[in-house]
Amino acid sequence: MAVDLEALRHRFGEVFTIEQFRDNRRLILPAAHAAQTLLPLLQCLKQEYGFDMLAELGGIDYLGYPNATDRYAVVYGLTNTQTGERLFVKAYANDPQPELPSVTSLWRGANWMEREVYDMYGVRFRGHPDLRRILMPADFQDFPLRKDYPLRGYGERHNFLPLTRAES
Amino acid sequence: MPLTAVAATEEDLAGADREYLYTLNFGPQHPATHTTLRLILTLDGETVVKAVPDIGYLHSGFEKLGEDLDYNQYVTIVDRMNYISPVANEIAWHHTVEKLLGIEITPRCKYIRTILAELARISDHLLCIGAAALDLGALTAFLYAFNQREAVYNIIETASGQRFHPSFTRVGGLAADVGDEWIALVRQFVRQFPKAHADICRLLNRNRIFLDRTRGIGVLTKEDAINYSCSGPVARASGVVRDLRKDEPYLAYPELNDAFKVVCAREGDCYARYLVRMEEMIESLHIVEAAIENLPSGPVNVDVNEKLTIPDKTAVYRSIEGLIQHFELFMWNRRWQTPVNEVYGAQETANGELGFYVVADGTGRAWRARTRPPSFIHFAVFPHLIEGHLISDVPAVLGSLNIIAAELDR
Repeated sequence: MAVDLEALRHRFGEVFTIEQFRDNRRLILPAAHAAQTLLPLLQCLKQEYGFDMLAELGGIDYLGYPNATDRYAVVYGLTNTQTGERLFVKAYANDPQPELPSVTSLWRGANWMEREVYDMYGVRFRGHPDLRRILMPADFQDFPLRKDYPLRGYGERHNFLPLTRAES
Repeated sequence: MPLTAVAATEEDLAGADREYLYTLNFGPQHPATHTTLRLILTLDGETVVKAVPDIGYLHSGFEKLGEDLDYNQYVTIVDRMNYISPVANEIAWHHTVEKLLGIEITPRCKYIRTILAELARISDHLLCIGAAALDLGALTAFLYAFNQREAVYNIIETASGQRFHPSFTRVGGLAADVGDEWIALVRQFVRQFPKAHADICRLLNRNRIFLDRTRGIGVLTKEDAINYSCSGPVARASGVVRDLRKDEPYLAYPELNDAFKVVCAREGDCYARYLVRMEEMIESLHIVEAAIENLPSGPVNVDVNEKLTIPDKTAVYRSIEGLIQHFELFMWNRRWQTPVNEVYGAQETANGELGFYVVADGTGRAWRARTRPPSFIHFAVFPHLIEGHLISDVPAVLGSLNIIAAELDR
């Protein structure tokens, strides 16, 4: 039994669009509405539609992607553990201050996954209890999975000066 | 790098700043962490008041590499994520890529991939159980487990030529077909594994020390397991009846549906996770047995005329079509014509749901190759599980979660 997404869309003022590719159904939430609508939408999906598990949360950078309008996206992969149904919600955010509401109040499993998105893309999550870097060192400046961060070349390791014998 | 012990859990435990509390750095190099991860434990005597994990020591930018390597090349990188069951990662990666490209793989390929995925699951569970027991002082089970892992390595070596990181799958098929020798090896494994499994059961199941160290330790309730996004044996040991092999059948699982059951437990403690893994190995063995006896004949790669799979070397050297097709898939400006779209594909690997979210931009390499790593998600539960337990329970809980640091940090 698939959830009635059209009814949900009317309820939220038709701010999001619905896409389907293969067996993935996605709700696309543009950056203009993500800050206000994301949390109520996910709360509604969790409490009324039974999507009780946040199976996946990951970031994407669309800088230079064909026909892209907004830059960053965070994909929330919801799962209904009773029926096994999946639904993806994709919320966009834009420079200069990419920010989305944190969903840690709904799913505690979002804690580390949001930290990883922040670490890799610099998307901040409003209301997150502990938004620190998780994989990169705490004093790292850049966001490595952004498309304008180079894959190879001179980087941070060249900023470490070699130790002299006196210092070691 | 200075790391301040700020509250990693949502509620700051009352009195966590008391003066007599002792801070202990567990890791990054500690035998019980198995790989490189660090825990900052705040202790009250021997009781863990708070645990703050500090990860990232093995971060090597796998996902950034996924945006540079093409759909076939990246298989060598996903190999190295969960290096305890590498084949399962490869199969999950190409499952997602094939979903993106809309490829339906051949029946023989499905069966071979299923057998390899189940052997990888057995091998992963063996390591997890052996190492968990080793950390609790039971050395023998570890040796018995590794003896069987050796047999799985031999099977994988016979199929692919590599023992540890086989890189065996390709878009639309496999690097090579398997022969009679491989089938004989798998059959031999199916015959001899139950004895080793029974040996490990006899060593641990009713072992007084093992029971005392694992029963009632690190209890994860069903609600918490769902709320913390747990999957795989960790969730099933807490009573979440969810197995992607049954819920979203892929590969040959629809046809082998009767060959296996989903193993669940209610308790959610370390012992339940151990038991679920032990029983899953037997179920996996049933799948392997059913699959190897029903292995279809025919090609392992999809039809070469679809221009998606690397042609056979004989075709490359002896026919102009094969040569053209080979270059089409190996030249940077050619490769695959993918839809400009994105897809999420997940498989049930030994640790849980291993998913890939692939964003394709029409070229031969992924725009984004996001991994949903089960180890990362399970390790986030660790502070919740260990609080209030003794410091000697840290290795027990770590071992029962089966944290693979290479997958954790990627």
